[in-house]
Amino acid sequence: MNKLSSLPAIAACLLALSAPAVNTASAQLLINGAGATFPQPIYTKWFSEYAKVDPSVRFNYQGIGSGGGQKQILSETVDFGASDGPMSDANLATAPRKLWHIPTVAGAVVISYNLPGNPHLHLDGPTLAAIYLGKVTKWNDPAIAGQNPGISLPAQDILVVHRSDGSGTSYIFTDYLSSVSSEWASKVGKNTAVQWPTGLGGKGNAGVAGQVKQASGAIGYVELAYARQNGLPYADMRNSSGVYVSPSIESVVAALASASIPEDFRFSMVNSPGEKAYPIAGATWLLVYAQQKDSVKGQKLVAFLKWAFTEGEKLAASLDYAPLPGSVQARVLERINSITF
Amino acid sequence: MDPLGRPRSPASQAARGSRWADRNFYLLALLAALTILGLIALVGWELYRGCHLALAKFGPAFLANSSWDPVSDVYGALPFIFGTLVSSLIALIIAVPLGVATALFLTEMAPQAIRQPVITVIEMLAAVPSVIFGLWGIFVLIPWLRDHLFPWLHSTLGFLPFFSGPIYGVSMLAGGIIVAIMILPIITSVSREIIRSVPNLQREAAYALGSTHWEVIRIAVLSYAHRGIFGAAVLGLGRALGETMAVTMVIGNRPEISASLFAPGYTLASVIANEFTEATSDLYLSALFELGLVLLGITLIVNVIAQLMLRTFSGSSTGKT
Repeated sequence: MNKLSSLPAIAACLLALSAPAVNTASAQLLINGAGATFPQPIYTKWFSEYAKVDPSVRFNYQGIGSGGGQKQILSETVDFGASDGPMSDANLATAPRKLWHIPTVAGAVVISYNLPGNPHLHLDGPTLAAIYLGKVTKWNDPAIAGQNPGISLPAQDILVVHRSDGSGTSYIFTDYLSSVSSEWASKVGKNTAVQWPTGLGGKGNAGVAGQVKQASGAIGYVELAYARQNGLPYADMRNSSGVYVSPSIESVVAALASASIPEDFRFSMVNSPGEKAYPIAGATWLLVYAQQKDSVKGQKLVAFLKWAFTEGEKLAASLDYAPLPGSVQARVLERINSITF
Repeated sequence: MDPLGRPRSPASQAARGSRWADRNFYLLALLAALTILGLIALVGWELYRGCHLALAKFGPAFLANSSWDPVSDVYGALPFIFGTLVSSLIALIIAVPLGVATALFLTEMAPQAIRQPVITVIEMLAAVPSVIFGLWGIFVLIPWLRDHLFPWLHSTLGFLPFFSGPIYGVSMLAGGIIVAIMILPIITSVSREIIRSVPNLQREAAYALGSTHWEVIRIAVLSYAHRGIFGAAVLGLGRALGETMAVTMVIGNRPEISASLFAPGYTLASVIANEFTEATSDLYLSALFELGLVLLGITLIVNVIAQLMLRTFSGSSTGKT
C-alpha cells in the first residue's frame, strides 16, 4: 500500500521535472544542414556561438561530404547544403527553384615534402604539374633546381602522393594544375577525384601527410590548417604575377580580394592576379534556396547568415580559414537580404 | 509429425501446449531466416536500382575496363576486382596456416596454464577497430616492411615477378598482411572449436596404433576436422573481401594491375568508401553503386564455389574415414 500511495507523488515530480525541458524543446527551431567536411569546424563554431545570440534556434549540421550536401539540398531534405566545389551547371539545372551559392570562407592547399634537412623550397605551377604528370621525376631536375638556387637538391626519385578519397582539397589542387598546365587540363582535368597519372593515394590529410613524413623524397598536398597544426614544411608558390608567395591567411585573403567573382558566386580563385595572392586556394559554399518554403525557418536562417557574415567571419582566422574580404562580404550580404520567405 | 519432423507425443494438455510453443518457435525461426534472405535481396535490389545509369552506359564492359576517370565520366571495375581478390588471397595464404597452427597448438599441445591467456589475446585482436589497425599499419607496419621485410624479399626472391619493382611500403602485400591480421582471430577461433569437437576416441585409437604426436594430429585430428577448417577459411575470406578502412590506409589506392606485390593496388570496398561522399555527378555515383553490386556478386560467387568445394571434399573424405 505504501508503495502504491507514493506513485502519484513520483509521477508529479517527474512531470514537474520534464515540463520545462519539453517546453524549450518545442520552442527551439531545428534547422538542418549537410555537406562539406572541410568547413565543418568553422560552421560548428558558428552554430555554437550563434546559440548565445539566438537561443531559440538550433542547427544540426552533418558533414557527409559535398556530394551528399548537393544531393540533399536538391531533394530538399535539408534546409541548407554545403559544398567545397561550386555545383556543375547540369546539377544546378535540376534544382526545383533558384538555388544560391553563398561563399563562406576560403582555404589554401599547401605543397609539403620530405627532403634531407627540409629546405624551404620555391616552386611554380608548371613544375608542379610536371611532377604530378610524372614528367619531372628527380629532385635535382633543372626545373626544380633552377628555382631554388643555393639549395643542394639530392638526385633522389620524387615520390608523388595524392588524396585517395574524393575531397575539396583535391578539387582545388587539380583546379590549380588545370589552370597552369594545358597538358594537365586535357589529360587529367579537375574534380574531387581524378585519374592520377602517377603516385600513391593517402586517405585524408592525415594519410597524405603520413606518407610524406615517412618516405624521403615524397611530395604531397594538404590543407594549410593541417600543415600548420602538424608542423609540416611547405613550399612557396609562384603566383601569376611571378612572385613566390608563402601560403597564409593573409595571402589567401589577398587572392580572394583579387579574384574575379561572377554574379552567381560560382568562382574559382586559383592563380588569382595580385602580387600578394597565394595561387592554390579555394572557397567553400553554402547552398540556400532564394525562396524559402518555411517562412519561420527562412527568417531564422537569414538572420543567422547575416550574423555569420558580420560577426562569424571574425572567428575564421582563429581556425586557420581565410575570411571573405570586406568587398565580397558586402556583396554576399546583399544576396542574403534578397532571400524571400 | 509436427513441423520439426518429430513424432507426436501423447495428447495431454501439457503436450498440446508444447506443440503450440514448437509451432510458434518454428514460425519465429523461419521469420528470422527469411529476414536475412530478404535483407540480402533488398541490398542487391537497391544496388541494382542505384547503378542502372552505369549499367546502361557501360554494360558488361564495366567489368573489363581498367580506366577510372571521374573527370571524363569513364568507369571500369577491373583493377578494383583484381585488388580485392589478390589482397584477400594474400590474407588467406598468410592467415590460414597461422590460424590453424595456433588452433592446433592451443588444443593439442599447449600447457593448460597458457591456453586461456593466448585465447583471450586472440579474441581481443578481433575487437580492435579496423581504423586502429590502419593507423598502426601506416606508422608501424609500413616503415618496417619498407625498410626490412620488402628489401629482404626483393634480394632473395626478386627473380619472381611478385617481388620485383620499386618499394614504396604501401602496397598490395601490405594490404594483404593487414587483412591477414584482421581475419586471424576468426580463423583461429573457429578452427579451435572444430578441433576441440574431434572425439577423443579418434586420438586414442591413433595412439593405440602407435602413432607419434604429429601423426595423431595429421591422421586423427586434421583429417577429421578439415571440412570445418575449410569452413573457417571461407568465413575469413568473407571478411577479407569486404574489409575497407584498414586496407585503404595501407594499400596505396592506385587502380592499377601489376604483377608485383610491392606495387600499390586498390580494392572495391576502398574506392567506394573513398569516393562516395564527394561524388557529385549521377553517372559517377551510379558507377560506385555498380562497384558495390560487383562486390556483392564476388562475395556470393566465392561462397558458392566454397560450398561446392566443401561438397567435393566431404565426398572424398567419407571414403577415407
